[in-house]
Amino acid sequence: MRTDVAKGEKPQWIVLTEEQRRARRARSIAIALALGALVILFYIVTLVKGPAVLNRPL
Amino acid sequence: MSLVSEGAEFAGEVQRKLASAPREPSLATVGDYFALMKPRVMSLVVFTGFVGLMVAPLHIHPVLGFTALLCIAVGAGAAGALNMWYDADIDAMMRRTSRRPIPQGRIAQGEAFAFGMVLAAFSVAVLGLLVSWAAAALLAFTIFFYVVVYTVWLKRSTPQNIVIGGAAGAFPPMIGWAAATGGLSVEPCLLFLITFFWTPPHFWALSLNHTDEYARAGVPMLPVVAGAAETRRQVLRYSIALVPVGAAPWFLGYADMVYGMTALSAGTLMVVLAQRLRKAPEGRGAQRAAQQLFAFSILYLFVVFAVLLVESGLRGFTGAAR
Repeated sequence: MRTDVAKGEKPQWIVLTEEQRRARRARSIAIALALGALVILFYIVTLVKGPAVLNRPL
Repeated sequence: MSLVSEGAEFAGEVQRKLASAPREPSLATVGDYFALMKPRVMSLVVFTGFVGLMVAPLHIHPVLGFTALLCIAVGAGAAGALNMWYDADIDAMMRRTSRRPIPQGRIAQGEAFAFGMVLAAFSVAVLGLLVSWAAAALLAFTIFFYVVVYTVWLKRSTPQNIVIGGAAGAFPPMIGWAAATGGLSVEPCLLFLITFFWTPPHFWALSLNHTDEYARAGVPMLPVVAGAAETRRQVLRYSIALVPVGAAPWFLGYADMVYGMTALSAGTLMVVLAQRLRKAPEGRGAQRAAQQLFAFSILYLFVVFAVLLVESGLRGFTGAAR
């Protein structure tokens, strides 16, 4: 969070409220979990398929 | 000026207000984004996709089966989010949909569009890379059909919107089948037809009790354009057509007698309820009859697909050939 604003001066940038910061953090965690799950899924499928993972027929 | 065109003009005004509303930093929760994916519709899509996957003659590894279902679920969610992005104006004017995240101002239209597009791209790519490109192509077509053909084109232009658009909801068993086999055959097409013929009586039974809202939103649903009496006649016609279509997997030798009897009895019960709706007196009686048919139609689809699933499971367990 930026703190370089003089006392009593209105900041020129958007300052998130506590609720907005909490919502953004929850969304960020959800995106991280989804990406992590995707990595794990690709890893497991690679183990399951073995070398055939490169074989993708229609 | 007709009721529908007046509604369409009002919808345009709501759309302009939604687009020009000043945006505060988002307060959207993870739950709001989940709601964008229409979880209830998604659960039905996953179930029918699962049945398509399980009744296929080739067995798929459980991990790949899970991946296919996950992609079908996410693809359905993507289509739902893109539908809510495009229909935000009419959603805001209908009681049934006014509590969705965009009309409530919790998610901006642009955010919903980006979310839907990202999910669509990921679901199709992952299904293609990890399971089958044939299934991925079908999933991509389903999303395209639901968003572009149904939502953007048909929904606001013809009372046959949900008849043709219903195809989008009927594709998931075909995607499941294609994920397991890498191709298609007659059986998944029969599953497609069951859901296709099931959609009009299901959706029109719902829309009969929301006619005024659809008219206000400018959506030319059949009850708005042709009236309640004609809609009830059409509901009965499609329900009658559903009886042989539902039992077709048995007639054609793809399912056993238990399935055939279940499909015929459930189909007959649906016709009875549709006939009761047709004969119901205007007012509370008709409203109740429409609600009953709507509720039963959900049970119909669940039971028919569940029996197919159980029969296929038993066949796999006993090793019996079809």
